[in-house]
Amino acid sequence: MTVQTERPPSGPVDVTKRDESGPAGPRRRAASRAGALTPYLLLLPACVATVLLLGWPLLKDVLLSFQNLNMAQLIQHVTEWNGVDNYKEVLTGEDFWRVTLRSILFTAVNVALIMVAGALVGLLLARLGRRMRVMLMVGLVLAWAMPVVAATTVYQWLFAQRFGVVNWVLDKLGWHSMADYSWTSSQMSTFFVVTVLIVWQSIPFVAINLYAATTTIPSELYEAAALDGAGGWKSFTTVTLPFLRPFLYATTFLEIIWVFKAFVQVFTINGGGPDRLTEILPVYAYIEGVGNQHYGMGAAIAVLTILILLGLTAYYLRIVLKREEEEAGL
Amino acid sequence: MKRSLFGRLWPNVTAVVLFIGFVFPVYWMFATAFKPTGDIISEDPVWFPTDITFEHFKRATGVDHFWTYVSNSLIVTFCAVAFALVIALAGSFALARMRFKGRRGFVIGFMLAQMAPWEVMIIAMYMIVRDASMLNSLVPLTVFYMMMILPFTILTLRGFVAAVPRELEEAAMVDGCSRAQAFRKVILPLLAPGLMSTSLFGFITAWNEFPLVLVLNKETEAQTLPLWLSSFQTAFGNDWGATMAASSLFAIPILILFVFLQRRAVSGLTAGAVKG
Repeated sequence: MTVQTERPPSGPVDVTKRDESGPAGPRRRAASRAGALTPYLLLLPACVATVLLLGWPLLKDVLLSFQNLNMAQLIQHVTEWNGVDNYKEVLTGEDFWRVTLRSILFTAVNVALIMVAGALVGLLLARLGRRMRVMLMVGLVLAWAMPVVAATTVYQWLFAQRFGVVNWVLDKLGWHSMADYSWTSSQMSTFFVVTVLIVWQSIPFVAINLYAATTTIPSELYEAAALDGAGGWKSFTTVTLPFLRPFLYATTFLEIIWVFKAFVQVFTINGGGPDRLTEILPVYAYIEGVGNQHYGMGAAIAVLTILILLGLTAYYLRIVLKREEEEAGL
Repeated sequence: MKRSLFGRLWPNVTAVVLFIGFVFPVYWMFATAFKPTGDIISEDPVWFPTDITFEHFKRATGVDHFWTYVSNSLIVTFCAVAFALVIALAGSFALARMRFKGRRGFVIGFMLAQMAPWEVMIIAMYMIVRDASMLNSLVPLTVFYMMMILPFTILTLRGFVAAVPRELEEAAMVDGCSRAQAFRKVILPLLAPGLMSTSLFGFITAWNEFPLVLVLNKETEAQTLPLWLSSFQTAFGNDWGATMAASSLFAIPILILFVFLQRRAVSGLTAGAVKG
């Protein structure tokens, strides 16, 4: 079985066995050492790519945030370090805090709508007959699949000032002042369009996954609840909800992260306008940095945004990993 | 337990209303794309197009450099997916089949990398690419797109590799195959469906990417389809017919792929997150 000895250890049992059966010849030990390196060699390309293409831009962002880098420095290729000046300017200015608060409110409203509506649609899917379920599923998948850039152009058309369907419907419903309404003219109406777009595209993910999760609830649990005299609502709160709680928790965090960095939707609908009033943090970093060519400032805003996102992501991963461990422990 | 007529009716009615709500924007995109201009700019919307016309598609694809955008998008997407698959296959095999120190750390690392805030890192990426004098080139785009889809590809493939029974591999090795041969002849063919669906999700991500190409490639020769689509708004003013035709053309490949992949998308949640 020479082939077998060249095999890298393939399970914890294997490894301990090999270590305990100590008196191995030098050749065999060399082979197993080479075998022990194999997983690292296989992972090497992926790790190199991650460090170079993800780690380096992240580091570069941090470095840039300590530089005075505007149009002039960019053209002349000079590096001017200015310590924490960018951060001081960002953190003491009003704009950053206003945009941060706006981002938080924007994310909160969107995620609340997505989760509540998504969960309700998911539960509805579980209750529907097969034919109706497939039909609704197809509709959900179509909305989910729409490429974001295509979806934003479609929403611009739906909400167009002239000939837009939304304005026509509102007019016909008796709200005549909306007949020629420009949705991109004010902060709230722009946010309204963006929110409808994001919620429309995000509900399918929550609903379909939630429906899939409900199908894994053992029916014995419901039978037991029914034997104990639980009605529809009672069995929902005692069986369905506890079973889905980890799922809902993890999904909420995913949605928070996704909505928080919803650059494309906000940027393509109205470029952060009118008057920069709909800029959320990623858009603010982009417009300050690339648009107004204050690259150092933009980088500082980006770093602060990344720190917020990192906190959210770490929390999300903790939830996911804990769940994975619990499942593995079963 | 017998439900009342109302109890049986309301879920179905709600489902129909929701179906219309979710499908309507997609339907309206296609409907507008095929309607004659007179029906688009009419005081009352024409809900069902009766005269089908292709003139909007002609105008949308007649834009200068349209075929450059198409080929750029295809090149960047396919190269990114191919590189990601090769790199991920090696890594996912190690993560799924071997025990080694730090294995969990690698998995967590890739999970973190999957959540990377690319939208916020644009400035740094712009500087790196500019310092390398690679602006307006497809190479940095390909490389960064590869990285955007790599963590997801690794984590998903890990699940597919783990699902291939270990006995098959061992049987091949008993029959005299080396581990590499066993991998190529036994595991790889069994992985084909997994590779397919994983790469399709990578394809969707790379195909849709917008912020990076917006910043890196200002010259039309190096731009991709999302830029072509978003520039319609400004370039064509209120030519909604052509804009919707462009949106349709851009969305059709993704819509088709996605409908096929719907089932996999559901299981994607456990492997990591997927967003269209």
